[in-house]
Amino acid sequence: MTAGVAGNGHRPVSSPGRLRRALASGRFVVTAEIGPPRGADPAAIARKADLLRGWVDAANVTDNQSAHVRLSSFAGSLLVLSAGVEPVMQLTCRDRNRIALQSDLISAAALGIPNILLLTGDHPRFGDHPEAKAVFDIDGVQLVWTAATMRDQGRLLSGRRVDPAPHWLIGTVENPFSPPISFRARRLAKKVAAGAEFVQTQFVFDLPIFERFMAEVRDLGIHHRCGVIAGVGPVRSLRALEYIATKVPGIHVPDAMIRRLRGVPADRVADEGMQICVEIIERLTEISGVAGAHVMAFGHERGIPEILERAGVGPRPDHAAAHEGSGRAG
Amino acid sequence: MPTRHHLDRVGAAPERRHAGWPTPVTPSLSARTLYKLHHLLEPNPVYRRLAAWLERSPAANRMFTAAEERVKGATFGCRMCGQCALPATGYACPMTCPKQLRNGPCGGVSPTGMCEVEPDVRCVWLVAFERAETEGRAEDLSLLQRPIDHRQWGQSSWVNYWQGRDEGMWVSGDGRRQLPIIQRDDPGVSS
Repeated sequence: MTAGVAGNGHRPVSSPGRLRRALASGRFVVTAEIGPPRGADPAAIARKADLLRGWVDAANVTDNQSAHVRLSSFAGSLLVLSAGVEPVMQLTCRDRNRIALQSDLISAAALGIPNILLLTGDHPRFGDHPEAKAVFDIDGVQLVWTAATMRDQGRLLSGRRVDPAPHWLIGTVENPFSPPISFRARRLAKKVAAGAEFVQTQFVFDLPIFERFMAEVRDLGIHHRCGVIAGVGPVRSLRALEYIATKVPGIHVPDAMIRRLRGVPADRVADEGMQICVEIIERLTEISGVAGAHVMAFGHERGIPEILERAGVGPRPDHAAAHEGSGRAG
Repeated sequence: MPTRHHLDRVGAAPERRHAGWPTPVTPSLSARTLYKLHHLLEPNPVYRRLAAWLERSPAANRMFTAAEERVKGATFGCRMCGQCALPATGYACPMTCPKQLRNGPCGGVSPTGMCEVEPDVRCVWLVAFERAETEGRAEDLSLLQRPIDHRQWGQSSWVNYWQGRDEGMWVSGDGRRQLPIIQRDDPGVSS
């Protein structure tokens, strides 16, 4: 597959725009996250895409996640595309000013990346280059607004024409668990007013808080204009639990879940974490207005199909390439 | 670019340990007081003439701008971006956010309301939300704030305000009908 990018373009995903269509169809959509490698090995991404093909409607490629240098989300998205999985290219405001952001967005459209996920980004302070200059020329909401203007009005922030205009599906993020909690649905409404068509949330571990958030989302009618895809993921060890509960900003792990994971023998923690993830997805499928689940399994992509299967959201319908890998480039 | 990192700060803000980015500042005056004080600054013919005169008088303009910086630095931690969002943010300055977010809090605010980048300091957007909500102005935070014009750094936002240049800084409602494009003097960029 390494020849795919350098050669005559990309083997198309079996049907591009599948995330858009899946959201429009109203069925429960599944996306997952692919963290690019810190190394010049394109096969590292292809391996992860292989594990997900047929199981997800699209796969996010993160943009130097947690401010740690990796292969770019742009290159990663192209590699995912050529491996027969539809990418969602993440793009943050941390490392690029408005000129570079708009340039990368045009490039993504020109090379057939159908979905973009726009966010402010983590501050470099906790990354691997804390001495770096943080750009933050514009913020995540303004970036969504800029992208929608490029697509729908065919204009850059300068007012100049973009011709032909791009046509990606525009996504954003929200964290229902971070104060001020009573403002989070309104903040999402603001992003939808700016042009966001889908949103992926921070990890849902605390269902009662998420259900209150969704009630506010429904009251505001946001879910009719924006697919709400809830973030989920398996906690695979007590060390990982400790890390996400205390070190990652904005993740809320309820005490009951901590007790449950600590209450099983050490060799059973991974299974229990998996089981909790399955139960959360099952609950999410029953919450009105939830469009799907976004699985973040950091480094454990091979466990994703099992989680989805057990949660009853197994292989994607109408995906000819499921299992066989027939949609894949040479 | 004259970004300012060392301004008089009121209150018990912790000692600065990181000079490379802004640090959230909780204003030293209540939102109620500031909403009232705002009426004193609203544009009128006298202010407009003053602003026009200041722009023709570089020395006076420098003194006026320095006074504004002094007052707003002490009260809000103002860094003189020159395009003041305070009336729409419960008078808590978004440019003191380490990410300089103009449109609300990021997703990293801790459960106790602390900034993810400066964990000893309260998130300035949480402060903004609480102040705006207490005064019945929470809807202000739903306004879409346009990208800022970085050429305005160091200029008086009061002069800009009286000259009517701030009017397009934010919009309400649907961002698809009102674009984020900054109005420009240069007609060459319209196509």
